[in-house]
Amino acid sequence: MNEQREIVIRPGMGELNYWRDLWRYRELFLFLAWRDILVRYKQTAIGIAWSVIRPLATMLVFTVVFGKLAKLPSNGVPYPVMVYAAMLPWQFFANSLAECASSLIDNANLLTKVYFPRLIVPAGAVAVSLVDFAISCAILAGIMAWYRFVPDLRILLLPLFLLMALAASFGMGLWFAALNVKYRDFRYVVPFLVQFGLYISPVGFSSSIVPEKWRLAYFLNPMVGVIDGFRWAILGDRFPVQWSGLMLSGLLVLAILAGGVLYFRRMERTFADVV
Amino acid sequence: MTSAISVDNLAKKYLLTHQAGQGSYLALRDVLAEGVKSFGRRVIGKGSGDRSRSMEEFWALKGVSFEVKQGERVGIIGRNGAGKSTLLKIISRITEPTTGSVRLRGRVASLLEVGTGFHPELTGRENIYLNGAILGMGRGEIRRKFDEIVDFAETERFLDTPVKRYSSGMYVRLAFAVAAHLEPEILVVDEVLAVGDAQFQQKCLGKMEQAGKEGRTVLFVSHQMGAISRLCGRAILLGEGAIAVDGDVESVTKAYLDAALSAGATSAERCPDPDKPHQITGVSICKGDGTAISGPVGVDEQLAVQVRCRLQTPLPGGYAVLAVKDLKGEYVLFSDSRDHDGSATYAGAGEISATVTIPAPLLAPGRYSISAYIGRPPTGTVDACIDALTFEVEDLHGVRSSRPGHIYLPLQWQQDAPSWR
Repeated sequence: MNEQREIVIRPGMGELNYWRDLWRYRELFLFLAWRDILVRYKQTAIGIAWSVIRPLATMLVFTVVFGKLAKLPSNGVPYPVMVYAAMLPWQFFANSLAECASSLIDNANLLTKVYFPRLIVPAGAVAVSLVDFAISCAILAGIMAWYRFVPDLRILLLPLFLLMALAASFGMGLWFAALNVKYRDFRYVVPFLVQFGLYISPVGFSSSIVPEKWRLAYFLNPMVGVIDGFRWAILGDRFPVQWSGLMLSGLLVLAILAGGVLYFRRMERTFADVV
Repeated sequence: MTSAISVDNLAKKYLLTHQAGQGSYLALRDVLAEGVKSFGRRVIGKGSGDRSRSMEEFWALKGVSFEVKQGERVGIIGRNGAGKSTLLKIISRITEPTTGSVRLRGRVASLLEVGTGFHPELTGRENIYLNGAILGMGRGEIRRKFDEIVDFAETERFLDTPVKRYSSGMYVRLAFAVAAHLEPEILVVDEVLAVGDAQFQQKCLGKMEQAGKEGRTVLFVSHQMGAISRLCGRAILLGEGAIAVDGDVESVTKAYLDAALSAGATSAERCPDPDKPHQITGVSICKGDGTAISGPVGVDEQLAVQVRCRLQTPLPGGYAVLAVKDLKGEYVLFSDSRDHDGSATYAGAGEISATVTIPAPLLAPGRYSISAYIGRPPTGTVDACIDALTFEVEDLHGVRSSRPGHIYLPLQWQQDAPSWR
């Protein structure tokens, strides 16, 4: 016989079984991610092409503007390779932040009809962006092969920095997802932030052009740590990492993530009533 | 026998925000503007001043307690806004109660809508898996029941077609089929049988009856008294957030109908709900010539029913539906504003009303209830005002009033030419 599970519903009691429930609903998380991937590549006729064209076009523009016109240094690495190594984490961050932030609104019909730990929805949104990331990785491999650029063993540490990008986008995404439910005009904030971030993060240029005395402060933008980490792992010694800065970025990411989860959990109870 | 569901002194409070000329959602812009304004007022020294937004408490449920034994099938009835949906939402853990508690013993599956999470771009097959997962089935469980689900839905040929190309009937059949194959110990169902064709509805009812016979506990909300009395042994009547009557199905459904009839109102108004972009705000009934109704209406008198709604955004292809039901909840008349070309459509935004005339003589003497819906293709109903009003038809001459049947049209009889052999 099946064991009798007892569920007690009481104000503020959602907390107790939350993490256990999260594990129990892991299949739903996979299904939601699978749905979003399917829909995404079904809906846009040029689905995959789109995730190829966008980073390539941006890379081209940055190479021309920063590399050719402004003649910024690329530490002896082909400029497009340097830009693309940063586009990789940036695109992933930007996509997953945007998807994450709007995920609750997009799934409002689920929130008001079915119970499940709400964290699944933004987590699924982030997972979808990983597919685009994989496609971008393949393109980078192509570009590197074109320039006959061979990475060293350091590339094995890349997943670590990917994890950092993931935590950063998920953490911020949680904040925005929860705020989006309450204040609908937050959706205008996210694209602005993403656009703004592209220029204050070292995507089109190397962070080495930032004056030495400001370098550490520059890492207060957590994406600086992520991007420098990516460049170091992919391009090697020519892009040394400032470890104290990386630690700073890492700690910030952790703080954002922890804060995001806490805020999300606090707001979660009222989602169904507000959405 | 242990109880499967114990609800103890459950209450739920909503805060309604009344904001002049504002849409449904709070915007950061407004919050900031409000903050600056009140700050300005304080600086200038005009005191706290009047706030343009006022909060109002609304208790959707106030102190509801009941027990449901294992294997018991309980129907929950009540008028619109009586708290049925809120109760189901709390039991389904979608929203938290303000006070009180619920204890559930066993796996719960709640079905507040058919086809939750169905995605129009995905195929039937993909949607079965997705919907199954959303309702709490594991992948293995869905795979095991897949053929059974497809059989039940009778949509085998269209399994690999995106559901956006499905007819609404097929869509509903597939959605219900997934839900019908859940195997929880406690099943919570909201008004999902109000969809689909009659034959399929019977099939669904049968399936739910079977679920009850297998010892599952069923909590079932419906406006169809017929379905309730067929399916449930016990019923609970909710009124204004509290339990009005709790007892066997017959006495409770009777209490519900009596209450509905004694109201005798000729107009039902609903307070605007800012969260509903498209809402029926009122339904009223009068005689065909515009005079008010008091008491029963003669069989020869036409009736005019007006459906008013508020559309915050345009409703492309929008339409209204009027349903007339008898006391048992069986449909007598179902009229759609699209039945005639060029008749009222509810496409534009704003306050819209349309009137439909029920001709006379048509309805047999008896009591009827009126429900109004607005909807849009292809998703269907966007808002419903069920059993909004009731009226009584009587035959003043009383010659034929004892006959059975709902249609009271005097028919022409013609004698055929006699033929002799």
